[in-house]
Amino acid sequence: TRNGGSSGAKKDDAAHLHQFVMHASLDFVDARVWETTNMHLRLVDKFNDLSVYAFVTAGGTRFLLLHDQRIEESNIGVFFHDVHELWLRVSMNPFHTKRTPILDKTFDLRVRECAKSHFP
Amino acid sequence: ARRARAMQRQGQTPSIVDRPLPKGRSEVSLSAFSFLFSELVQYHRTRASSIAELEQKLSEAGEGVGSRMLEVLAHREKSNRREIRLQGILQFINTNVWRCLFGKVADSLEIYNDDEYVLGDKSLVVNRYISVPKDLGDLNCGAFAAGVVKGVLRDAGFPAEVSAYYAEVDGQRTPKTNILMKFAPEVLEREKRLGA
Repeated sequence: TRNGGSSGAKKDDAAHLHQFVMHASLDFVDARVWETTNMHLRLVDKFNDLSVYAFVTAGGTRFLLLHDQRIEESNIGVFFHDVHELWLRVSMNPFHTKRTPILDKTFDLRVRECAKSHFP
Repeated sequence: ARRARAMQRQGQTPSIVDRPLPKGRSEVSLSAFSFLFSELVQYHRTRASSIAELEQKLSEAGEGVGSRMLEVLAHREKSNRREIRLQGILQFINTNVWRCLFGKVADSLEIYNDDEYVLGDKSLVVNRYISVPKDLGDLNCGAFAAGVVKGVLRDAGFPAEVSAYYAEVDGQRTPKTNILMKFAPEVLEREKRLGA
């Protein structure tokens, strides 16, 4: 799961809430995956001013995007597509498993670059 | 990809994240693969305490391949479409996965019971150059291919018990390899819910 675009003065509280909201939204993702063959599920859950968007890969890996401001929905699709391409390269590594966190620094850098370019 | 070329010009090795995904048109020599596969079988043979455990190890090796095949082929050949119906994922394995791994689509796909489907291949590559000695009795190295199928089905959300077995064919000297898929009840329930 990837977290992008969150902002808040009380960093700790905000971080806990964001993580909670994203995990809670996974239940909605579980239901939505069987309704469409699209990987991009668009908006799956809202909590106050927080919106969660989801993208599910063919093998069931979920990308979640949490945002607290209004953003162009068309950019989200492109962002997810770019992250998907990056993630594919990481997951093809025979030593990578779905349970291990991705620690590749280049991956982290490229995802952040994507976020900056699609959500200025 | 542009970034990768720029880095190479500077003499740095680009991270795997920057290299383009392979187009899938490359091929590996059959002898190289057969050698590698035979080494894999021999490696596990010395460490497994039973035939079942040996087949289990081969199957596990295949699962990693299947899992990755599902992701890459969905992206490369199915323009990022996920399969949500049983028929869809079976066709995907029958056609896309088999063609990518073995250069041809599987020979047959049949239904045995509500929850059992069988994929057939007249001459499975992993079995073609394997001869099983008497003391290994029932061993079928097609367990590797069964593992590939199992990995695809599991990750796509259609968990199943998958095994490989031989079936004699009239008029053919070597038996064909059948891959039996027995689906978990939750798969059938969901299929019923989503409609015939």
